Amino acid sequence: MRHSKIGLVYILPWLIGMVFLTLYPFINALVISFSDYNLVREPNFIGLTNYTNLFKDKDFISTLVATLKYTVFTVPLQLTFALFIAYILNFKLKLINFYRTAYYIPSLLGGNVAVAVLWRFLFQQDGFVNRFIGMFGGQPVPWLSSPTGAMSIIVILKVWQFGSAMLIFLAALKDVPSDLYEAASVDGATKFHSFFKITIPLITPTIFFNLVMQLVNAFQEFNGPYLVTGRGPLNSTYLTSMFIYDNAFKFFNMGYASAASWILFLIIVSVTLVLFATQNKWVFYSDGGN
Amino acid sequence: MEKTYKFSKIERRRQQQQMAGSIVRYIVLTLVAIVMIYPILWLVGATFKTNNEIFTSVNFIPKRIDFTPYIEGWKTRTKYTFTTFFMNTFMFVIPKILFCLLSSTLVAYGFARFQFPFKKIFFSILMATMFLPAVVTRIPLYLLWKQLGLLDTYVPLVAPTIFANEPFFVFMLIQFLRSIPMYLDEAATIDGCNSFQVLIMILLPALKPALISCIIFQFVWSFNDFLGPLIYVTSLAKYPVALALKMSIDQSSGIVEWNQILAMSFLALVPALVLFFSAQKYFVEGVTSSGVKG
Repeated sequence: MRHSKIGLVYILPWLIGMVFLTLYPFINALVISFSDYNLVREPNFIGLTNYTNLFKDKDFISTLVATLKYTVFTVPLQLTFALFIAYILNFKLKLINFYRTAYYIPSLLGGNVAVAVLWRFLFQQDGFVNRFIGMFGGQPVPWLSSPTGAMSIIVILKVWQFGSAMLIFLAALKDVPSDLYEAASVDGATKFHSFFKITIPLITPTIFFNLVMQLVNAFQEFNGPYLVTGRGPLNSTYLTSMFIYDNAFKFFNMGYASAASWILFLIIVSVTLVLFATQNKWVFYSDGGN
Repeated sequence: MEKTYKFSKIERRRQQQQMAGSIVRYIVLTLVAIVMIYPILWLVGATFKTNNEIFTSVNFIPKRIDFTPYIEGWKTRTKYTFTTFFMNTFMFVIPKILFCLLSSTLVAYGFARFQFPFKKIFFSILMATMFLPAVVTRIPLYLLWKQLGLLDTYVPLVAPTIFANEPFFVFMLIQFLRSIPMYLDEAATIDGCNSFQVLIMILLPALKPALISCIIFQFVWSFNDFLGPLIYVTSLAKYPVALALKMSIDQSSGIVEWNQILAMSFLALVPALVLFFSAQKYFVEGVTSSGVKG
């Protein structure tokens, strides 16, 4: 490693961008959140009014509840599924490339509006999913017209995109030394045992990484509900990011929306910090945490 | 004799168990794969169906192959066609890719190969921004671009890549650079290369696989991006594919030509699919080398 200030020159683009496109907006969001800025009149400082109003705003509270629900359902489901499939794929199988491709494609396409269109279509009252259920004699499910149905659709949409988490797990599973499994099986351990006593502990850093990433993303989810269900029946899929979007870019209540975005930010940060704090209880780093 | 017989019996039973285990695994994997892929297959099939057939058949294979939904869908109900919307998308996707490659490589090189004042702090900030929720900077950024008079242009979409402000790419390249042995640089320096020449002549060729990963991820993410254009692009003439599709489902009051909407939806997925199948191994490497959002 060379000691040279020239390194600073190379990172200069990032440094400039970081200051103007990240740091400045980050602080400015806090400043705006203490004002009544609405694009039309000059902003006035109004202290914590936006924050106190938000906590009285039933719409806002219900978006927080919906966001929490969405996160609590999607993240564990997606991670369990990703790990389960990665675990099976890690056995020496033929056709592994085919399966890996099939599982990754939804993650690849998932962000596209086209998938949201397709989703809305599949889950209509007379859509594909209900007709499929009907083939087995089931009653049609009111996916789009009931609160639980609407939430389920966007949760399924997200869980369907478990591919990238799966690939990350698969890479981690490949790094688990196979002699550990052999030793365990000589000692009479079942596959079930070695999975929970060897595999899981050794890949906890990856689980942790995936968990944090998925949580941060789930709390900010916008595309799925906005495009597929909208607010949903009884605002059941009206998530906080949509509330922020509406207030900022439809009603131009920049102060109010900024305060909401800071509350969401603080929630995400607290959850992440709690996870980091519990890390040394359950995350096992083979290199001692470096 | 007795003993070997018993042993082979146990052995045979073990083989049978393994066989059963792998059959179960194949069944599970195949079922899941069908669930994963069927929606996409169904979409492809539906684009050839009549509206009536879409709502009556669970089978994805259409009764006839008819390209009318594609031709009519492409025209749209506006005065623009999807030619405009695809061109618009490439108008910001291509600059994003080029700037991303350029700036992320320089910044990653700086972090991976040099010691300089405040490096530790800067690197921590870089990592922190990877986890920073974008939602909190969105409003001030909008106000910033508004003040600069750049709303309804592609500048707000492209700018972060000019300044290497998509930390995922920088991080991926740093990881990759760290795996390239330092003695290559040192040898080149002794031969009289300056630091920039080392980057261009020695490291760039070795970085090629990582750069290809950058290209494809940047392409797919930018192409799929919806929220960015939704906030910044307001005039129809500048709409990318994502917004045009959203518009087509909003407008669909009265007689909904679902097959046309689905046909255009499928076309919107084609670029990412083509890229994926032509560069699969780079996708896998990219995802696994640094972890991926989404």
